[in-house]
Amino acid sequence: MKSFTYERVDTPAAATAAFARTKGSRYIAGGTNLLDLMKLEIETPAHLIDISRLALDRIEPTSGGGLRIGAMVRNTDLASDERIRRDYGLVSRALVAGASGQLRNKATMGGNILQRTRCPYFYDTNQPCNKRQPGSGCAAIGGFNRILAVIGASDACIATQPSDVGVALRALDASVETVNVTGKTRVIPYADFYRAPGETPHIETALVPGELITAVTLPRPVGGTHVYHKVRDRASYAFALISVGLVVQRDGTGRVALGGVAYKPWRVEAAEADLPRGAKAVTAKLLAGAKTTHENAYKLPLVERTLAGVLAQAKG
Amino acid sequence: MKFDTPATTNPIDQLKVVGKPTNRIEGPLKTTGTAPYAYEHQDFAATQAYGYVVGSAIAKGKIASMNLDEAKAAPGVLAIVTAANAGKLGKGDFNNATLLGGPGIEHYHQAVALVVAGSFEQARAAASLVRVEYTRDKGAYDLSATVGTAGKAPVLYGNQPDTAVGDFASAFAAAPVQLDARYSTPDHAHAMMEPHASIASWEGDKLTVWTSNQMIAWSAGDVAKTLGLPKENVRLLSPYVGGGFGGKLYVRADAILAALGAKATKRPVKVALQRPLMMNNTPHRPATIQRIRLGATPDGKLTAIGHESWSGDLNAAKPEGAVAQTRLLYAGANRMTAMRIAALDLAEGNDMRAPGEAPGMMALEVAMDEMAEKLGLDPVQFRILNDTQVDPEAPSRPFTQRQLNKCLQMGAEKFGWSKRGKPASTRDGKWLVGMGVAAAFRNNLNANSAARVRLSSAGIVTVETDMTDIGTGSYTIIAQTAAEMMGVPLDNVVVKLGDSSFPVSSGSGGQWGANSSTAGVYAACVKLREAAAQKLGLNPADAVFADGKVKVGRRSFALGDAAKDGELVAEDRIEFGKLAEEKQQSTFGAHFVEVGVDSATGEVRIRRMLAVCAAGRILNPKAARSQVIGGMTMGAGAALMEELAVDKRFGFFVNHDLAGYEVPVHADIPYQEVIFLDETDPNTSPMKAKGVGELGICGVAAAVANAVYNATGARVRSYPITLDKFIDKLPEMT
Ligand SMILES: Cc1cc2nc3c(=O)[nH]c(=O)nc-3n(C[C@H](O)[C@H](O)[C@H](O)COP(=O)(O)OP(=O)(O)OC[C@H]3O[C@@H](n4cnc5c(N)ncnc54)[C@H](O)[C@@H]3O)c2cc1C
Ligand code: SF4
Repeated sequence: MKSFTYERVDTPAAATAAFARTKGSRYIAGGTNLLDLMKLEIETPAHLIDISRLALDRIEPTSGGGLRIGAMVRNTDLASDERIRRDYGLVSRALVAGASGQLRNKATMGGNILQRTRCPYFYDTNQPCNKRQPGSGCAAIGGFNRILAVIGASDACIATQPSDVGVALRALDASVETVNVTGKTRVIPYADFYRAPGETPHIETALVPGELITAVTLPRPVGGTHVYHKVRDRASYAFALISVGLVVQRDGTGRVALGGVAYKPWRVEAAEADLPRGAKAVTAKLLAGAKTTHENAYKLPLVERTLAGVLAQAKG
Repeated sequence: MKFDTPATTNPIDQLKVVGKPTNRIEGPLKTTGTAPYAYEHQDFAATQAYGYVVGSAIAKGKIASMNLDEAKAAPGVLAIVTAANAGKLGKGDFNNATLLGGPGIEHYHQAVALVVAGSFEQARAAASLVRVEYTRDKGAYDLSATVGTAGKAPVLYGNQPDTAVGDFASAFAAAPVQLDARYSTPDHAHAMMEPHASIASWEGDKLTVWTSNQMIAWSAGDVAKTLGLPKENVRLLSPYVGGGFGGKLYVRADAILAALGAKATKRPVKVALQRPLMMNNTPHRPATIQRIRLGATPDGKLTAIGHESWSGDLNAAKPEGAVAQTRLLYAGANRMTAMRIAALDLAEGNDMRAPGEAPGMMALEVAMDEMAEKLGLDPVQFRILNDTQVDPEAPSRPFTQRQLNKCLQMGAEKFGWSKRGKPASTRDGKWLVGMGVAAAFRNNLNANSAARVRLSSAGIVTVETDMTDIGTGSYTIIAQTAAEMMGVPLDNVVVKLGDSSFPVSSGSGGQWGANSSTAGVYAACVKLREAAAQKLGLNPADAVFADGKVKVGRRSFALGDAAKDGELVAEDRIEFGKLAEEKQQSTFGAHFVEVGVDSATGEVRIRRMLAVCAAGRILNPKAARSQVIGGMTMGAGAALMEELAVDKRFGFFVNHDLAGYEVPVHADIPYQEVIFLDETDPNTSPMKAKGVGELGICGVAAAVANAVYNATGARVRSYPITLDKFIDKLPEMT
């Protein structure tokens, strides 16, 4: 770990001002991802701005009938919130399928969607990795890539985004609210939040340097039955091989998003019209253009079967 | 004390303390965080410096150049140890790769430097500034590519690479029912909680190392040999070990580098291997490819048993002895085994919990399941039918005890085995449900073991032996043994372990520790009883030691009175004779497992596990149960998730941390039950006990595999049984 300086801020404005002031700055919220990466020198910030005590820890109704989740709301608090459990069950279920109780107590809304890939080569600084060191190559392609992406990837990077709750946020049309160093706020649809790896897999999101996430908003509840199935080799405390987040209405219509298949939670709205026709039809459209490796080709049938399983479960 | 005739009645048979389910005597220290593990030892806290290990970035080749300038200039750096400045180093008897690489590199993450600094953070930061340029050589990393070309393995623990009885080839060819199948098991990591860690301190040319090690005498010897010191100049202390599983049988880089760092800085130095380094820096259980051929008569008698195993190791040094159990487990007149080994340039392979038997049973017990099905026999019955009460290779050698059939029968009854359906026939909602069985088998080994016992005037008995407690319960069973022998309550016994200045014990390995080390304490206590009786003017043969007293007839003394004029000290060693050659000593069991397989996703979830074990006298049923359920958990991991993924291009284990190398968590293990048959085996030692710590893992993974087959009808012969290997064989989703 490189040495760094540290300060704690009280307001979003102070946070962005601190960022503008000090070169090599980085926000730290729960620290559950950032600190691990710093210990391995995958992240080497010169200055940490601790935003964990910002007053962005509330879940409030929006004027549009939805909910605004402050960026500092802890994963545990979000998962157990009554409104979330009642109206956005997918969010709650996806959250508790992730990490462990201790981690969820620390992890924040903003940090969660910014957590970095679990590609094993990304974690080993001896290995080439375009995401960690642009231009060095990708060790995962042609290597151990059983858990990596089957769609939307590039020849430069086949990493996946590992957030569970992100799958729910995508299915429920969430947005990300931010403020940047000039004080300007904006709203980024979560659908547009992640950037395809292309030639620049080290650039992962639409955020510009110093841009602070203040909240994630959910539109008004969509009703229906919410099912989240995270498929993994061990029963708990493991990242998804793939996951399926499903919201299905009584008439069989609904929405579906996938985790563990791409650089972002994967959703193809056009595929959802086929939900009443079953998993095969949906998956064909959802994963059209998939490109698999010898080791991760199982993900295609797995998605289809898991979707069939959750559709059956949703019917009860 | 020589042990060369079977034990007769002795004070242990009273079973007032021994045999009782006793809590760990050191438990409160561990649960309150006051048991000092190697890295936490406080003696040197004021002066100690911290070492951080730099691991090689390549698997095979040479260091072309090393630039230490930046690292040396970093804040707090005191010294940097490399092969270039460490002086001439020897190699320990038990080491394969050298512990400090350079200029030659033998495997990935082989230590190439130790950066020593005033704080851990400074050492870690400076370690990343050590600039190393390498020249890569081509290496061999793919075991499957070596099958066919691999050579004969060296003799392993007395096992020849080739064994043959009768005429296997003809008998197999002539067998009406045949099975010929290949299985593979991957490389496994010990993945113990406590990493390898040491604090080293010099006084002149005398070295003290607080470390985490299973075998004190071996390792003190290897530290001395590596550093070129007389053995008596090395003191090793390892009173608490946070798990070893074989990964701490031998000296590793932490101990040697701490000693070199301490020498360079003239300060005590502490080193813990960082987790991401452990999988490639330290040994692992080597992968195997196994071929099993079974021939049987239509009524289910085995006539031919053949088992071949391929494994790899650095320098082709040590095979994984996966065929070992096949020589003893089932009857059959014509048999062969073969071990082949290839040179691979991965980190060295070495012992991990039940080396040989654990992966061997993973294959053999699936083959038995497959054969039972071919024969149309119940797999429990098929095993019972092929039981043998004698060594099948040498029928004049009986087993001392062998209750495998009883384990199977009792287990079948308790588990509800009769409810097992045909493959892919049982459903519970979305779950495909199946049951599996496997035999458990592991040889019982004994090793000479010494102890010293002291008696104080207060009647306190203190035991000193270099035995280790690696989380197994050694402290407790040794205390139970001394309490039983001296007739005192458990609270009046103090146990001191893991110090090379104490008498040399069996150490912890090969499940020999419990029986051997307590037998050593027994021997020392026999001497102490004699000394105490004499001191009190009593005839040792008549003296009864009970309730803190020594009595002959109506004469009764407090035990402590024998030490009124000064502490009494006795020392002895149990020395095992040839009993184990005359009769075969093994431990047996049966594992039963029920799994559910998600019919959509193929996720396998264990529902219930049962082990029935026959392993001699159980010295402490509570500790023994912990050992067996730990083994069952590890077996579940081997069955379903554990695999060090080899990068065959760059030559290393890719998933080298506990996020990537998955071991079971609580949610994977919902229900476990363990039953011990009531046994005593007078052939093993005066304790009449055997090992259980490794028996618990042997066969578990096969029972899981067989249950997955019973649930799904899909046979997976390559471990771990992950869903990607059989998803195409699951029923259509409608
Ligand atoms: C062992 C382990 C297992 C895990 N398992 C799972 C799992 O199964 N599923 C899952 O979904 N996750 C899992 N996680 C990941 C976990 O959810 C994330 O680490 C956590 O959500 C990150 O939140 P944090 O607040 O700690 O973020 P930090 O570590 O504090 O920050 C992460 C990143 O986000 C940036 N950041 C944080 N907040 C803001 C903000 N408001 N604005 C701008 N930038 C910001 C930081 O600069 C940093 O780059 C696991 C983590 C661990 C360590
Ligand atoms: S897949 Fe992406 S993260 Fe993984 S090694 Fe390749 S470039 Fe790096």
